[in-house]
Amino acid sequence: MAKPKVATTHMTGCFGCHMSLLDIDERIVDLIQLVDFDKSPINDIKKFTGPVDVGIIEGGVSTQENVEVLRMFRKYCKILVAVGECALTGGIPSLRNTVPLKECVEEAYLKGFTVVDGVIPNDPDIPLLLDRVYPCHEVVKIDYFLPGCPPPADAYWAALTALLEGREPELPYELIKYD
Amino acid sequence: MDKIAIIIDGKEVEAKAGQTIMETAIAAGIYIPHLCYQEELAPGGHCRVCTVLVNGRPQSSCTHPAAEGMVIDNDTPELLEERRRIIEMLFVEGNHICPFCEKQGNCELQALAYRFGMIVPTLPYLHRKIEVDATHPDVFIDRNRCVLCGRCIRASRDVDGKNVFGFEGRGPQKSIALNTKGALSDTQLDAADKAASICPTGSIVVKRVGYAIPYGKRKFDKEPIGSEIEKAK
Repeated sequence: MAKPKVATTHMTGCFGCHMSLLDIDERIVDLIQLVDFDKSPINDIKKFTGPVDVGIIEGGVSTQENVEVLRMFRKYCKILVAVGECALTGGIPSLRNTVPLKECVEEAYLKGFTVVDGVIPNDPDIPLLLDRVYPCHEVVKIDYFLPGCPPPADAYWAALTALLEGREPELPYELIKYD
Repeated sequence: MDKIAIIIDGKEVEAKAGQTIMETAIAAGIYIPHLCYQEELAPGGHCRVCTVLVNGRPQSSCTHPAAEGMVIDNDTPELLEERRRIIEMLFVEGNHICPFCEKQGNCELQALAYRFGMIVPTLPYLHRKIEVDATHPDVFIDRNRCVLCGRCIRASRDVDGKNVFGFEGRGPQKSIALNTKGALSDTQLDAADKAASICPTGSIVVKRVGYAIPYGKRKFDKEPIGSEIEKAK
């Protein structure tokens, strides 16, 4: 029987949640015995090779590209897990949600202290910003949430092994944190 | 009559005359979840987290006196659900971004959410724009994280004798006001005041002491809020 497949992606976050996944230390060796990694920044595979069992989403949704990636993950992944505060609530990037987008961009590119000859970037290769940063579950259906900033490595391990064995993940009190 | 017999969650408990349901429960080692109630202060009855059913009717246990023969429901799935809802609403009405808050791990709002099993709020965030007042040299007030519990008001009035804080506005406009036309630095607040350290969240914080306790050793890292009351008996 082929090994279950896992895909991961990073959207509007800091990659800390991926770092925390690597913090499972030598258990990463056990993990790759259990699963094959599909599209993921860990192995740098850019495109899905086919349907995937578990998709892990880090980061909130702040651009047009994030929406496309998230919808693609929903399409390819049987189970979708949002990990970390940015994916769950918008997190620190959602601080900009209290400021209208126009003001936010003008402050960064035109009016900021250190700006010289400012211009608002408008290259067609740069994804357009959304009006605000959204949590993943406001864009697609998310099956499981792993809170934390980042979620502890042990929380990843407990949740992933449970999902791969077909059990409902149950995390002990000390592994559920919002910070 | 000095001794009053009441029943909380089927267990007979003895109250002293003048005690509230909350005080009786704590003395008996029963945890009634609460947020605005603080043992050292007069009860406020603001947050409604401690709502219990007294003979079938909802009452805030921090303000309701115990009376002979009362039958109280506290630990029921319905009340847990109501309490989780209140905490969720407090999360989405404010801007509670735990990852960079000085109070993380020691915050009672966060701890209650953990205890009630909130993984992520099911309601959308309001993202209201709220200013921070960091003018005071030793203390700041960040109303993004304020839950309107009024502890600072009661502490400043009753313990510090200064009346630095008060409520203003109604409904969604309600906020903590300062007893000055100026900023926090224009008030009599001192970092040693009770009001500067009584906030359950990271709204009123003494400067330069944040993040002193490492992750894993903070107040609510290992055990849920309320465990200390449950373990006392």
